[in-house]
Amino acid sequence: MTATLQNLHGNHACAMGAIAAGCRFFAGYPITPSSEIAERMSRELPLVGGTFVQMEDEIASIAAVLGASSGGIKSMTATSGPGFSLKQENIGLAAAAEIPCVIANVMRGGPSTGTPTRPAQGDIMQARWGSHGDRPVIALTPASVKEVYDQTIRAFNLSERYRTPVILLFDQVISHLLEPIQLADMASLELVDRQWATGSSAEFAPYASTESGVPPMPRPGDGYRTHTTGLTHGEDGFPSQEPTIVTQATQRLLDKIENHRDDIEAYECHDTDDAEVLVVAYGISARAARAAVREARAMGIAAGLFRPITVWPFPEDALKAAAANAKAILVPEMNAGQLRLEIERLCGSDVKVEGLNRIDGQPIDPAQVTQQIRELADK
Amino acid sequence: MNEMKTKAGGGNFEVRDYLRLDLMPHFMCPGCGHGIALRALLWAVHELGIDKDNLAIVSGIGCSGRVGAYIDANTYHVTHGRPLAFATGLKLARPDLKVIVITGDGDCLAIGGNHLIHACRRNLDITCLMLNNEVYGMTGGQVSPTTAENRLTTTTPSGNSEPAFDACKLAEAAGAGLVGREVTMQTPALRNLIKAGLEFDGFSFLEVMSDCTEIYGRKNDLGESAEMIMAQKSDMRPQAYTTITDQPFRPNRLVTGVLAQSDRPEYGATYRRQAAALRGETA
Ligand SMILES: Cc1ncc(C[n+]2csc(CCOP(=O)(O)OP(=O)(O)O)c2C)c(N)n1
Ligand code: SF4
Ligand SMILES: [Mg+2]
Repeated sequence: MTATLQNLHGNHACAMGAIAAGCRFFAGYPITPSSEIAERMSRELPLVGGTFVQMEDEIASIAAVLGASSGGIKSMTATSGPGFSLKQENIGLAAAAEIPCVIANVMRGGPSTGTPTRPAQGDIMQARWGSHGDRPVIALTPASVKEVYDQTIRAFNLSERYRTPVILLFDQVISHLLEPIQLADMASLELVDRQWATGSSAEFAPYASTESGVPPMPRPGDGYRTHTTGLTHGEDGFPSQEPTIVTQATQRLLDKIENHRDDIEAYECHDTDDAEVLVVAYGISARAARAAVREARAMGIAAGLFRPITVWPFPEDALKAAAANAKAILVPEMNAGQLRLEIERLCGSDVKVEGLNRIDGQPIDPAQVTQQIRELADK
Repeated sequence: MNEMKTKAGGGNFEVRDYLRLDLMPHFMCPGCGHGIALRALLWAVHELGIDKDNLAIVSGIGCSGRVGAYIDANTYHVTHGRPLAFATGLKLARPDLKVIVITGDGDCLAIGGNHLIHACRRNLDITCLMLNNEVYGMTGGQVSPTTAENRLTTTTPSGNSEPAFDACKLAEAAGAGLVGREVTMQTPALRNLIKAGLEFDGFSFLEVMSDCTEIYGRKNDLGESAEMIMAQKSDMRPQAYTTITDQPFRPNRLVTGVLAQSDRPEYGATYRRQAAALRGETA
């Protein structure tokens, strides 16, 4: 079968990527600018034997997703800022109980109801820290319609491989952008299914550590009859407050992501080898940054772009390598300066880190980035 | 029903056959009604011959929520108020599983109230057992949406002035296929009600009047657990309602048994039938 070229909106690309990845359950609640993901899923899922349900709110949606995934079905939900806030507690449950799931958050302006139909990138830190406690997270920031499709597939693969929630962060512009994309050739698509528990159910410990740090998941109906809980639990799955067990359980959750950074981190470097002014940008802002870097190069400025696709865990070593020759780092984002904090933490002691921030609901203009690159180059 | 009975393979009911004995002793206070409800549930499961491997118990947070972990089945202890939403996903994804929700009056009617009415409306084949002890037991005895008027709780120091929910009326109005109420005192009757819920093809909402002996009982001087359980049937309960402002809202006499039943279509089957038609498959 040859792959076909299609014009798709970002939101539809997300839905089609999910279907290609094997997602067969979607629960959601309408919210601009994400609703077309739900609408598309409601049409696609029944055709492939899956289930769509519009729940009564976003909390119910993520809870239903966790239920369906616990039943063994790849599952996702999609939302925007206000709904993403509501989902946080259950994202923590997914992390703690190691229930794979994908949450698409199409970012709009906040706080609160904010600017529903305008783009923003204000949920970067919420994606990292929004749910209470120490827990791992994987968050991906696609920058084009094609990348929404590819990263949605990758989100499912990572979620299945590491038994953890994966958050897709894109914004209103990409969600409603129409771009031609090549749908995957299903025959050559690499899909990951979580490892299911096999073998004897006697003495089976559902949360026993394995070499990868990811325990195989018992599927209901397969005879394991295990307990799944958001209470901190031992290897047997039952709650414990014993300090060594609590430490081990929490540490394993963090380690299973930390120890697989090589597999999880994705990023792009453009002209970074000799870059004296390094721009670090993600999502739609990275497209403005890419144009600006080209423009700056044409002016003879040694500018480069580092674009994290995996924003959490942040590709720390790759950034440091890209910044090796940098005298200044510029972080354009559509928020008051969130990822900049992370860049300052990683590189701030060696190099000046500046933000270029828009909080007016408008995408960043390449000319703005070029201008600030020039100013930094002149300093 | 008789046909189901013959399926029960294990002969006499032995509660131990359905419990995770490794977890004993359990956390419940002496006399707590939740343990009686657990026994009645397992008794019903036994009599219906439900395979433990295909049994999924989803519970919320509370003393009621902790009960599920003792059952030797696929058990899920989720977030406060959300077990019905979780169970909705689980049952839609896995119609082959028998899905039972164990929840409390706070879990189900306060934080989870919205999920309850929509679960009733959808009428998906789930049995919801709400253990109503009229109080937030786990957090130390605060007022709940079912606390009777005038009762003392740790957050109603001069007596509760809010009217209590009649959860069964709520569930019926919201469309639950089967609605029933039973007291823990009548364990065989409770078992029968749970069996009716489990056999029903649709959403069954079962309110179990359970006693929080240690906190609610003590605070309101309701006597030892034996006295509390006797009070479930006596006329003492109506007396407590004589001064309430909103009498008709909640029955002043506990009506038990199956209170409502309808033949509304089960949601999962409806969805699957529609989906099959879209795929051009004939049922
Ligand atoms: C989001 C959230 N809010 C509050 C709590 C604290 N909490 C735990 S159990 C509970 C009330 C339980 O009451 P009920 O559902 O009646 O169960 P019972 O303990 O009486 O059986 C509360 C408020 C929590 N765990 N999560
Ligand atoms: S606190 Fe109340 S509800 Fe909880 S176990 Fe004790 S008696 Fe039962
Ligand atoms: Mg209670």
